[in-house]
This record gives sequence, C-alpha cells and structure tokens, in this order.
Amino acid sequence: MISFSPTEEQKMIISMVRQFASEEMRKVYRQCDETGDIPDSLIDTAWKMGLISSNIPEEYGGAGGGHSAITGSLLSEELAWGDLSIAMHILCPALFAYPILEMGTEVQKKKYLPLVCGETYRAVSLALIEPRFDFDPHSLSTTARLEGNEYALNGEKCYVPLAADAKLLLVCAKENGSTQGFIVEKGTKGLEIGEREKNMGIKALATYELRLKNCRVPKESRLGEQNGCDFNRIINCSRVALSAMATGVARAAFEYSRDYAKERVAFGEPIASRQAIAFMLAEMAIEIDATRLMTWEAAWKLDRKEDATKEASLVKLYADDMVVMVTDRAVQILGGHGYVREHPVELWLRNGRGFATFEGMAIV
Amino acid sequence: MIDFEPTPEQQEAITKAHKAAEELFRPISRYYDEHEHESPQELINLAWKKRGEGIFELGMDITSALRIEELCWGDAGLFLCLPGPWLGGAAIFASGTKEHLQRFLGKFNEGEPKWGAMAMTEPGCGSDTAAITTTAVRDGDEWVLNGEKIFVTMGKRALEDSNGFIVVWATVDKSAGRAGMKAFVVPAGTPGMRVEKLEKKLGIKASDTATVIFDNCRIPLGNVLGSPEVKKADKSEDKGFKGAMATFDVTRPIIAVQALGVGRAALDFVKETLEKEGIKIRYGIPKQKLTALERDIMEMEANYKAAKLLALRALWMMSQFQPNNLESSIAKAKAGLAVTKITQKAVEIMGPVGYSRKYLLEKWMRDAKINDIFEGTGQINMLIVARRILNFSREQLK
Repeated sequence: MISFSPTEEQKMIISMVRQFASEEMRKVYRQCDETGDIPDSLIDTAWKMGLISSNIPEEYGGAGGGHSAITGSLLSEELAWGDLSIAMHILCPALFAYPILEMGTEVQKKKYLPLVCGETYRAVSLALIEPRFDFDPHSLSTTARLEGNEYALNGEKCYVPLAADAKLLLVCAKENGSTQGFIVEKGTKGLEIGEREKNMGIKALATYELRLKNCRVPKESRLGEQNGCDFNRIINCSRVALSAMATGVARAAFEYSRDYAKERVAFGEPIASRQAIAFMLAEMAIEIDATRLMTWEAAWKLDRKEDATKEASLVKLYADDMVVMVTDRAVQILGGHGYVREHPVELWLRNGRGFATFEGMAIV
Repeated sequence: MIDFEPTPEQQEAITKAHKAAEELFRPISRYYDEHEHESPQELINLAWKKRGEGIFELGMDITSALRIEELCWGDAGLFLCLPGPWLGGAAIFASGTKEHLQRFLGKFNEGEPKWGAMAMTEPGCGSDTAAITTTAVRDGDEWVLNGEKIFVTMGKRALEDSNGFIVVWATVDKSAGRAGMKAFVVPAGTPGMRVEKLEKKLGIKASDTATVIFDNCRIPLGNVLGSPEVKKADKSEDKGFKGAMATFDVTRPIIAVQALGVGRAALDFVKETLEKEGIKIRYGIPKQKLTALERDIMEMEANYKAAKLLALRALWMMSQFQPNNLESSIAKAKAGLAVTKITQKAVEIMGPVGYSRKYLLEKWMRDAKINDIFEGTGQINMLIVARRILNFSREQLK
C-alpha cells in the first residue's frame, strides 16, 4: 500500500543520526574541511551508533537487523546534512561490507564481515573510479585476468576513500567484458597507494589514487567466487546512497539560505520578502522533496530485490543537477557573504558539485 | 512503512481506467478537439450508466487519483466532461456540513447525469481571489447574489445540461476582505442565474468553460457553506477564505495527476515511436555517453516521476488527515510545470510528427498547459510554497 511514513524503527534511527549530525558533526565540519582531518573521536562516536554492524546477521558478528536500502537512504541523508566528508568517512566500511553481505560466498562472509562488526571503526573500502574523463563503471580500464590460481589485476583507480588506512579493498575490474569485484588485502604486492588527493570539495575525506601493477590475488578473492557479483546492483545501491546524500547536502544549504534570507534586510525588509529570493527558495524546497521521494522509490525497489537500474539512474542524474542548483542558489542568496568561508554555503557548493563525479563512494 | 506498491484494488482501478481510456477516449479524442462545444453524449451516457463500477468514479483518494491519471492519459478534455460533483463537490466536502452533503450530494447519483461546478474567477480577478466583487446580500430568509463569474469549468453542464449545482464564491461584506468571502450553493434552474458564454480555448476543448451571470439570484439562507457570520475583529478567523483554500488543498493534487496523465501520454508516444525505429534508451550508462535524445527523455521521465511522487505524497497525507497545504501546492506547482515542459519537449523531439494534427501529440501539448494555470497558476502555488517554507504571512511576502 502506497505510504510515505518511515517505520517506528526508522524514525528512531533518523532522530538519533540527526542529533549526532547537528550536535557533533556541525561543530567541527568547517575545521575538518580546512585541515583535511576528521577527529578519530568523532568517527568512534559515530561507529557506536552501529549504523552498519546492526544490519549484519548475528552469525557474522552483527546485531542481526535486516539490511534495508530505505533505512540506508534515510540515515545517509541525515549524515550528509551534517557533513558530506564525515558522512562518507563514517559509512565507508559499507562500501566493502554490503557487497560481501549481498553477494559474497559463505566463506567470504564469515571471513570478512566480522571485521566491520567490531567495537572500533576499521577502514575497509572500495576502488571503482578511474582517473579519466570518460570513466564508465561498466567498461573499466582496470583488468582482471585469471592466471592459474590467481587473478592478475592491472590498472589505475582514484577517489578511493581511506585507501591508505584500509585493511581491505574491494577493487572493481573488468573481466571478460563485465565488472567484477576482487578483495585485495593491504600490502599485497603490486598494490601501490598514491598520494592523498586534493579535490575541490570533500576535503576532509581522505581519498587516494592507487595503482595495480600485476597485483596478484588468490582465485578465492573474487567477490562471489565462481558466481561473481551483480555489479549492476552494487552501482544502483551506490546511486541511491549518493542521491540520498545529495538530498542531505541540498537540505543543509536550503535551510541555511532560507534562515539567512529571513534575517538579512535590504531596502527596509528581509530579502525573503521579495519574490526573486522567495521563489528561488520555493523551487529549492520542491526539488529537494522530489529528489528524496525518488530516492526512496529506487531504494524500495532495491529492498524488493528488483532491478532498480532505471529508477536509480534517473534519480542519480536528477540529484546531481538538483544539488548543484540548490547549493549554487544558497551561495547566490547570501551574495558576497556566500562566497566567503565564514559561511558554510561555499563548502556545500564545492561538495555538491562533486556528485556528478562520485560513483561507488557510498552504498546503501 | 515506506511503500510504493498500489493495492490490488488500486491496480484493478488502474487497469480498468486505462482500458476505458484506450477504448472509449482515444478514438474520439481528435473529433472533440476539432469540434469544440459539441458534447460527447455517448461517452457521458455510458459513464453515467457505468457509475459505481469503478471506472469513472471521481474522488480525492489515492485510488481515484490513479484512475484519473489513466483517464487523462486517454484525454484530459473528455475526462473533464464526465458527470460528477467535481469542484462543487470538493467545496462542499471541504467546508460544508453533514446536512449540506446530504442535501446537495445525497441524491446526486440518481436520475439523469449531473455535474457540480465551482465559480471563483471573475473578469477582474483570478489568482487574487480575495478581490472578488460578486456580492451576497441577506434578505430575510434568502441570500441575493449579484455578479459575473468566468472560467467556470463545467458551468454549462452543471447548470444547463443537467440538474446539477454550482458553488459560488461571493462577498457578504467587502469591507471585511477575506473574512467576508463565503461560498454559496446554487442549484441549477435557480432564477436569476444564467450561462452567458462558452470560452474558445487552446486545449481541453471538450471541457466547457462558462461565464455565469448572477442577477438578483435568490437562494435559501442555509445554502451558505460554513458560518455566515463575518468576524472582522480576528483576522485568523477568516474562515470563508480559508474554506476556499482548504478546497484547493484537496483539489490541487488531483489536478497534478490530471496533468501527469497528459504528460505520460506524450512520453509513451515518444518512447513507442523511438522503439519502432529501433532506438533504445540506455539507462545506467554514464552521462557523458548519453545522446542528447537520451538525456532529454531521461529528464522528462525523471520530472514525470518527481511530480507523480509529490502528488501521491500530498494525497497520502490527506488520507492520514495530516495538513497538506504545502505539499498540495508543491505537487501542483511541480506537475503543472513538468507536464508543460514534457509535452513541449515531446513535440520538439518528434519534429514533423509532433507538430502534425494527424497525431495527438500536439493536442496533448495544448491540453497540458491548462494544468499550470487552473486551480492556481504555477506562480501562485510557488508563492504559497514560499510563504509556507518561510513561515511568512501574506503581508510579509506579497
């Protein structure tokens, strides 16, 4: 039955994450963006909420709650409202864990899932994006070739979150025309982690380029082993997560510029009293809601284990445009004040612009 | 639980309505576009005969909305010819008493086909509804109405073609502004009320859009919806105006789904045409590899989807008895604009096929535009959205 009401449990998660976002993340996000560093204590506090481990079955060390893309979307929006870099950092282990949970063999699940169910945060990540303008997740330049009992991985990756710290990486590579995932342990020969990247936005998130030079991993490292993985589903889960995060970033910018417009006086009245400003805000609000609902619908399809390619790709394209429109207008509404770093809107514009590039950097 | 699955009953409503749209609406669609002011009598009679069978039922719930989208996919103009209490019914539903509901709608389904209409707009005011000049003066046990109403959808069918009624907005005290605005139910055949002319329009030509004149038109005292008292002292008590606005909260999401039906008709036509030519829309490939055509289609589809979900949310909130003034206006503003753009883009994409009257696409573009205008223009709905999100009064945001 058509309904727009989250479950009671989801409402509790939303309110818990929202509180964390407004009381913890919003205190430090500007400083994190300036220094490029997120305090460990903040990540540890977030980890204690169990946002990932609670979705892992008990037999693999989790709390045994069901894994839901809708729940993931709801909490991703709230975290991204707090700060995108910190949100991506907090949820980074899901990039590795969820594909294994959904598509890993029993052995892979037993071996790897307990790692993301521990008391403390441990970095594991996903390497998908490649440093080329025509990057296509379905036609990667990085290759995997079976040689005896080993896969040889070759290629270059970029925007790999937390790669330097990650104990394990799920590396996406092209094998016989399709994209497959390969579990690569830190320190494997042929895996070279490059310098930390310097990007326009998400400056607090440590991302890296990496190089795979005849990097050899055992045959058993292939996600799903002989069955392989449903990469389409992985990418759809990523599209949904990123759309939810774009909604969160946009909502942050919308709220800030709305409040500013109500207080800032020009020509004797608040600028929000002028339709030129008020209508910008109205359109921002409408498009944020629209994106959120489309995200929920795509997530709902994922939860039903249906093919969500159409819904997920449509909402991702929509969200990419929406978040730039909204964050740009937020800067515009603040005028000169929007351009200076005393206000957060310029940060949100820089982060918002990234969504068109981001792929596989968050997963529900 | 967040869920997007229609119930089996809703699915059945969609299927039935779609079938009717295909078999009953589409074949006569062009004829009634080219023969404005002719009445699709066969369709009307059939719809009346089949009332209660879950094909042509109008309503404000999600099931009705899903049905309405399908019927408007068939033809939005013909849809607006279907017998029913329409906006007049919505006004009574929003601000009438049980007695009103019983008296005006209780026997509505009996006898011959009937229509209900609502009259708000006047030659001198449209969106600025508080500026209406039609007056209602109390004279003993009666109200006396005087004024001119234009753009009354279904006005002729309600008042001349059937034993229907019209809900007329008039002021009982001009000096009281909004507080003086009241709605009055005037049954067909009431002396002093006449239909003066029918508009010739850009689209939805099958739908009659009438001018109705009230010349010392007398109705019983009890035909006023809501309290007849004018409370000048307390501005928050301007219930008359609020009654009108509450009606819009109910009807705007319905207009949104009407729009969506037209938009989807255009989208389906484009996609079917492309499919015949062997052109596939490749979802899920990187943006830089999409053709311009694919980008256009995807943008149209996403906007359709966005508008539909916003409309369903507004309707769902109403079903939960949650205030939905903001969400109704969001749905209407988005759908009106989205469908205007979708149909215009569709004509562009289809080139000579799109512009030709051999096909229905150009008609859908003309039909679609009304949704960005009636029941509050896109701009008025944006204004409502803006006031709501800013928590600003009319004075704070004009």
